[in-house]
Amino acid sequence: MTAHQAAGDKPGPVRRLTGAAGVSLAAADPAAPVRGSRGRHAGPAASPPGAAAQRAAVASRMRRGLAACRTYPLATTGGTIVVAMAAFCFLGPLVYHTDQIHVFLSQANLAPRSGHPLGTDGDGTDELGRLMTGGQVSLELAAAAGVLAAVLGSLWGAVAGYLGGAADAVMMRIVDAGIAIPAVILLLLLTSIYQPSTAMLVLVIAGTSWLSTARLVRAEALTLRMREYVQAAVVMGGGSMRIILRHIAPNAIGTIVVNVTFQIANAILILATLSWLGMGVQFPGVDWGDMIASATQTISDGYWWEILAPGAAITLVVVAFAMLGDGLRDAFSAVGYDAVPATAAEADRPVRGPGGR
Amino acid sequence: MSGQPSGPVLEIAGLHTEIRRNGAAVRAVDGVSLTVAAGECLGLVGESGCGKTMTARSVMRLLPAGGVITAGSVVLAGTELTALSERNMQTIRGNDVGMVFQDPSSSLDPTMQVGRQIAESVVVHRGASRAAAAARAVEMLSLVKIADPERVARGYPHQLSGGMRQRAMIAAALACEPRLLIADEPTTALDVTTQRDILDLIGDLRAALGMAVILVTHDLGVIAGRTERVAVMYGGRIVEQAATSAVFAGPRHPYTEALFEALPEMASSQPASRGLYSIPGRPPDLVTRSPGCSFAQRCRYVRDWCATHEPALDGDHPGHGYACFFPVGVTGRARGAGGQDGAGGGVTPVSAWVSGRGRQAAGRAATAAPASTAAEPLLRVSGLVKDYPVAGGVLGRRSGAVSAVADVSFELLAGQTFGLVGESGSGKTTVARLLVGLERPDAGAIVFDGADLAAMPARQRRQRRSGIQLMFQDSFASLDPRMRVKSILSEPLAIHQTVRRRGYRRQVLRILDEVGLPADAENQYAREFSGGQRQRLALARALIQRPALIVADEPVSALDVSVQAQILNLMRKLQRQYELSYLFISHDLSVIRYMADTIGVMYLGKLVETGPAEEICTAPGHPYTASLIAAVPAVVTGPEMTRPPLAGTPLAGTLSAGTLSAGTGQPGMAALPGASGPPAAGPDPAHPPSGCRFRLRCAFARDVCAEQEPALRPHAVRGQLVACHFPLGPATAGQVAGQTMPSIA
Repeated sequence: MTAHQAAGDKPGPVRRLTGAAGVSLAAADPAAPVRGSRGRHAGPAASPPGAAAQRAAVASRMRRGLAACRTYPLATTGGTIVVAMAAFCFLGPLVYHTDQIHVFLSQANLAPRSGHPLGTDGDGTDELGRLMTGGQVSLELAAAAGVLAAVLGSLWGAVAGYLGGAADAVMMRIVDAGIAIPAVILLLLLTSIYQPSTAMLVLVIAGTSWLSTARLVRAEALTLRMREYVQAAVVMGGGSMRIILRHIAPNAIGTIVVNVTFQIANAILILATLSWLGMGVQFPGVDWGDMIASATQTISDGYWWEILAPGAAITLVVVAFAMLGDGLRDAFSAVGYDAVPATAAEADRPVRGPGGR
Repeated sequence: MSGQPSGPVLEIAGLHTEIRRNGAAVRAVDGVSLTVAAGECLGLVGESGCGKTMTARSVMRLLPAGGVITAGSVVLAGTELTALSERNMQTIRGNDVGMVFQDPSSSLDPTMQVGRQIAESVVVHRGASRAAAAARAVEMLSLVKIADPERVARGYPHQLSGGMRQRAMIAAALACEPRLLIADEPTTALDVTTQRDILDLIGDLRAALGMAVILVTHDLGVIAGRTERVAVMYGGRIVEQAATSAVFAGPRHPYTEALFEALPEMASSQPASRGLYSIPGRPPDLVTRSPGCSFAQRCRYVRDWCATHEPALDGDHPGHGYACFFPVGVTGRARGAGGQDGAGGGVTPVSAWVSGRGRQAAGRAATAAPASTAAEPLLRVSGLVKDYPVAGGVLGRRSGAVSAVADVSFELLAGQTFGLVGESGSGKTTVARLLVGLERPDAGAIVFDGADLAAMPARQRRQRRSGIQLMFQDSFASLDPRMRVKSILSEPLAIHQTVRRRGYRRQVLRILDEVGLPADAENQYAREFSGGQRQRLALARALIQRPALIVADEPVSALDVSVQAQILNLMRKLQRQYELSYLFISHDLSVIRYMADTIGVMYLGKLVETGPAEEICTAPGHPYTASLIAAVPAVVTGPEMTRPPLAGTPLAGTLSAGTLSAGTGQPGMAALPGASGPPAAGPDPAHPPSGCRFRLRCAFARDVCAEQEPALRPHAVRGQLVACHFPLGPATAGQVAGQTMPSIA
């Protein structure tokens, strides 16, 4: 970020539009003197770029970030759990060393004890360590599949929704046909025909789940294309691709981002299902679904810890992603509320600046 | 004034209302005191953000989140409202105080039958039975002069036009016969003709029911002739309060004076070169209280004293209070011709409209002369037709067509402005969309700069689009909320690649300067600007492409009058500078008259009259034009002021439609479709009337009007083209102007 941009961004909170009161509020911000001292009102020329400005900009962003976290506790909690789980899976093995390759039958099915905080499984492998390695596979695959599904679905939906007419009809009938096929049967069919490699699993999961995103984003695009700023771009002579990428997609970003989180949660569940059925990650790879699958064979012997750990991990991550998605939806819709004045009279309320002359 | 002997219905004393949010307190209402007597109508005027609505909402205690009444009292007929519990307050709302909001489309529940909504308050407050409530709803609907009230009561809001919805809202507000009606910008979203009907209706009901009315508006024209007293608000306070006639005859506070001078109507008495007076700056920041007069920073007559001392609301005449140390008009400082017009009192709207146009016309003619020597017009529209198919039946087959634009032809010379005026639904916006290429015409030619755009293939047309640009009514909606100003303004450059990427910034800064925005605006988002600034941005975006023609679709109708003046002045400045042509669309004839060289009047897809602006406004040839002119609220004290309120109408007890319609039998009201009148079907563009499309609402319609469609012909006497079998002569024009047009609302 250049210093100039920093100077431009910086006074944000002061100008922030606030609610339905019909008046502009200067946020009573403890750091206000920092901004005031720079004399923004003296005019655009009087803002020399400098390190102080940049520091202030960073500080301002952090403050805004913190404020946003306080406003949306649901998203913050969900996000924190997701980050913590990722750190546990990817950074955990660096601290907690276990042998996940060899079989130690003498150590099989040990209940939680010192040295094995979560016990061991039927192969004598440490449960906690396995939870970490399995989690790596689960999270990686799910994130890749979820993002791929969301991107594919968003583009498909945005194009269909913006173009409308025959193109929309054809594209959406394809989606309808895809949704009509039961996803699990399709998944089982595909994974039994092809060797389920990692890339294969990602493609298969994304291929069955992008359809719902396409529908959501199409609905969004249908309303967005009637917006006047989209029509303004048409009047300027802008082409369809430009409008879809510059106006439709960015303005549907709330829907898309929220959908990504739900897609990832969904992908974790699908992957676990496939693995439980033996169609998922193949040996020697392991994921949480595999762990549950092997644990179900011994659950009647009372080895409860073997199913509890992966089950709890899946539940926790899925719930966390759902919370993150819900929270983000609130946050995005709140931005929309702030940005759209309720009435024409309110739209004309002075917000900032030197006004007319 | 209305002869009600009782004391004030509403007495507000020292009211302070704050909106507390994000740790800051906005003093939205800062010490307001006013009284409204029974049967009296008080007008509350001011710019947006001056506390008008918050004052009205404080009475209802319907404040937005964070809103608190911090001091003062609100006494309604002896009851102190600020001290009431929320539960008791609920018995007041809708019962003793009724409220009508600005936007009738969003204040009616779309899933509820109109009749049930109207009767809701009767059920809640009076415990009326279902049948009684239904009967009451029908009664109220006929009271607000809706034809066929039984059918409307069973219908849903989407089946009603804007004017009818506002009538239904008024019916709902009055269902419990409140002592006080608060109407918050009740007609801002409506057409001129509908606006007049609604204001007439409120006035008549007030007289008939003897209730007090607070009319909140930013439009001085609405206040004129409708209210007994006016309170002008600025910065959360009342800065001037007096009888309406006194304020219109001679405002004392500089703010009131400035509001008057910003009206386009007032330009008629000033040289064309001067432009409209616009109040510099913006309404005060209500968070920080600065010493002295709150208007000092924007005041033309400010002196050192004003910055340090705060004026109180008093005055030298009893009943005329103003908060100013150096009031207007005290030392012979003339208000200019606009004031003299007002001082004339009793001037009829039309004669005021006609008077004092000579100088402006002369100035306009001088500037227009060189342009008119060019032989070929910049834009020639001929025989433009656009129908929208109406899908019907289960399979969505085309079952008919709405005729949005039917055979419209006009020409526009380079550097000139063509004003297109008409009610909503007349096809003005469709013409705009056809011109800029958002729609394709079904027939006709759009010859722009020598090439027929209508016949051009889409791709080729796209490349030529930068020659015609569009300004939308809602500038905020037309600016991408996720883009910074620099991206918004450089987007057209990126599309047409006329400038290298490196040159964008220079262009953006130049154009920002042209439209009067600071250079640091480039990094901001559209939501950070006020309405006027956003319209400047929209103008900048159109201008950066160096168009020859800008199609402006109601560019100022969402703006305050002072901001409107700024934008209109800016548009005229840029027109001179760049030899721009405008196609200026508005429902507001006074704005059109200020801007346009040539005017076209549209009705139901047809151009019914076109010609030089002066000719059309001073001597309309078409009855529709004449009635539009008559409906413009006049900012002079007209004869309506002296219209006596109705006396002797039963007030209390159960109202019957009969008593009310008897009460409405006064001059000027007869033309409104009452409960007894024939149902005034609104013109349906899917089935336009045969012959002349205006004939159903025309006072002069004869048999030939239904049989034969009139063509645009040169008026026998004047310069304009008129599509009427019986164009108005000099004698008949005044006759129509005095008459009201049958309502469609």
